[in-house]
Amino acid sequence: MTTPAHRIQRGVSLYSYQEEFFLRTMTLEDCVRAAAECGALGIEIIPEQSIPGYPQLTEEFLQTWHGWMAQYGTHPAATDLFLDTKRHPGRWLTLEEQVASVRQDVDIAVRLGAPVVRAIINTPPEVMEAAAPYAEEAGVRLLLEVHAPFHYEHPWVLQHLEVMYRTGSPALGLMPDMGTYVRRFPRVVSDRALRDGAKPELVDLIVSTYDDHGDTHALMDVVNYRGGGPVEFGLARQATHYIWSEPKAMLEHMGLIGHVQAKFYEMTDEGVEYSIPYDEIVPVLIEGGFAGHLSSEYEGNRHVQDAFPVDSVEQVRRQHAMFARLLGETTGEDA
Amino acid sequence: MFDQYIVCEEGFRAHEDGRPGGVVEVRMPYYRGLALSMVEAVDLVLDGRPVPADRTTFTVHGHTYGFDQLPHTTDDRWEMGERAQLAFTTDEPLAPGEHDVAVSVRLRISYMPVPGGGRDSKRLTLAGA
Repeated sequence: MTTPAHRIQRGVSLYSYQEEFFLRTMTLEDCVRAAAECGALGIEIIPEQSIPGYPQLTEEFLQTWHGWMAQYGTHPAATDLFLDTKRHPGRWLTLEEQVASVRQDVDIAVRLGAPVVRAIINTPPEVMEAAAPYAEEAGVRLLLEVHAPFHYEHPWVLQHLEVMYRTGSPALGLMPDMGTYVRRFPRVVSDRALRDGAKPELVDLIVSTYDDHGDTHALMDVVNYRGGGPVEFGLARQATHYIWSEPKAMLEHMGLIGHVQAKFYEMTDEGVEYSIPYDEIVPVLIEGGFAGHLSSEYEGNRHVQDAFPVDSVEQVRRQHAMFARLLGETTGEDA
Repeated sequence: MFDQYIVCEEGFRAHEDGRPGGVVEVRMPYYRGLALSMVEAVDLVLDGRPVPADRTTFTVHGHTYGFDQLPHTTDDRWEMGERAQLAFTTDEPLAPGEHDVAVSVRLRISYMPVPGGGRDSKRLTLAGA
């Protein structure tokens, strides 16, 4: 192992093990251990997923959590917050309530020992601005996820960037989701549609339109004109929700990027992601001097669970073998 | 995303106290827990017949609610993967043997413009009858 010419750390969002955690075939401790075993020592946790009783965290839980970190050599990398603006029927949360919700999640991150909080994409820019001083005081960065179909020129993201650059708050920043770099349509998704009875010619149309980076705006309409039904519409909608853009677009905002969610759908037997070219993404992160966590987010389970056993642990392991290679930790021969 | 796991294979049973009806265990098709105020509906169709919501109750970790109470319940949650008990009353006692159980869950998820949730149906065998 040579001295790496970068400061990127590897991590796993426990979101990755959602299938096994949902079905209770893996405990929270199993998830932490599985991450550690592939050398991904930064743990990203979704408190609302992994901690029953949220938003209350017991002292007993916290003691156990910090014990696991010591035992497995891991460290908390990030928490993910949600903003339930529709918590109450018939009315929106007020600005004050939204800020209070974010503050509560900042407190939780502090107690868990995480330096970063993922602000979900629907968090309004004014809420980020109002919560920033509290996060700064707490020593936590509040990072807006840049999730497909959003990108750095989208008005919603531009409003956030305006707040970030105008306030210059060190607490605010970005968390790109690599689902914004889907170069080709995930075959686990189109294969599932076929198993669900989609017409093969319409699946071909959707996949080829996406893969050619063609105009997907009217894809649902065209699928309708060609006799598609709900399964085909769902697939066409997916094609409008994945996006591909040049990963180099991250360079311009690298100073704001504090964490990366390494979304993936399928690590193949050859050890690459079928849709997302990490061999092009990781060099951009290295070039930009990214110093946060590259945090796995496996999301293939939902597309294969109907027909195949889900093995999230193996999928994450393969992604980290690839990352170790791309980050110069290994030659790739032991992957 | 977890639609196929909504209806639990185990735990389908008649009421222990002899009231007509029973209990089916259900999971939320979502990757995190939610406050109960955002659970808009857990609709049950038994052997092809809808069971009205006012003839069902919903129990999470020992706490039982009517569906008219859920919209106002922001301090309790249906946790990710948790088996909730959907209890229902019918006019006649459930016949022993197999039943078609269909459950549709509707969730109010703030970042989605349309309702979240999902549906599942399974043929279950009544336990212990």
